[in-house]
Amino acid sequence: MFTVITIMFIGMGLGFLLRKWRVPGTNNLIMGLIWLLLFLLGIEVGSNRRIIEGIGTLGVEAALITIICVLGSCIFAWGLWKIITKKKES
Amino acid sequence: MKGSLIIVGFFCLGILCGLFHLLPESMQHSEISFYALCTLMFCVGFSIGNDPQTLRTFRTLNPKLIFLPIATILGTLSGALAASLFLPHRSITDCLAVGSGLGYYSLSSIFITEYKGAELGTVALLSNIFREIVTLLFTPLLVRWFGTLAPISSGGATTADTTLPIITQTIGQQWAVVSIFHGFMTDFCVLFLVTFFCML
Repeated sequence: MFTVITIMFIGMGLGFLLRKWRVPGTNNLIMGLIWLLLFLLGIEVGSNRRIIEGIGTLGVEAALITIICVLGSCIFAWGLWKIITKKKES
Repeated sequence: MKGSLIIVGFFCLGILCGLFHLLPESMQHSEISFYALCTLMFCVGFSIGNDPQTLRTFRTLNPKLIFLPIATILGTLSGALAASLFLPHRSITDCLAVGSGLGYYSLSSIFITEYKGAELGTVALLSNIFREIVTLLFTPLLVRWFGTLAPISSGGATTADTTLPIITQTIGQQWAVVSIFHGFMTDFCVLFLVTFFCML
């Protein structure tokens, strides 16, 4: 787990050092890797009977988590909006 | 939107290959995904470090709005906690890990699959795709119900790219910098939050 984040920071440092040079194709490589990894996730899901049989339930669970999380963040954003606009008025 | 469809397409293609055993068994249990993940994270880091434009944009930001990403994260985590009450068979940390994807479905589902298994990874993928779709579809309603900042919060980590057009269209071009800043900060936090909740 730490390996992955450390690797990201090494990438960031290197990117910063080389900021004078544009490296073409980085974004395409990122897209390609994301496609590959989600394809691999698909394979794992497809070959696992338990997940395939429960995909409907998993979808409902996912939707429930999404709706409540979006509501939560909207309520906090509403609070912040109230605080910011109040300060501007006074 | 097209980008999301392609990603979903690859996921579905993978499911079909797995379902009908179209690929050799050895490929499924190999280390490919871990090495691909490492390469991916290196590239993500590289592209952040290599782009001085992002840092320059942030200097023009209203300082109070620095708290918006924090509000988004706290709101989402409270939401995930509440959701875990309705899902007794999922642990609290599982729900928090899924929620803290903040709409960054590609990376969060990959991480969660790697460390918590494909089942929760699938929930994370679906849940975070839904988050992007909810934001794309309901931005005008969210603004009416929860004020100007709501769609940015709802969009989570997607507000610097995929949901940016609909957000600026609804609440105005002057919010583009806030939206990009918010997307960038939450993007960055997703990695740490997901990692953290997977380890607990």
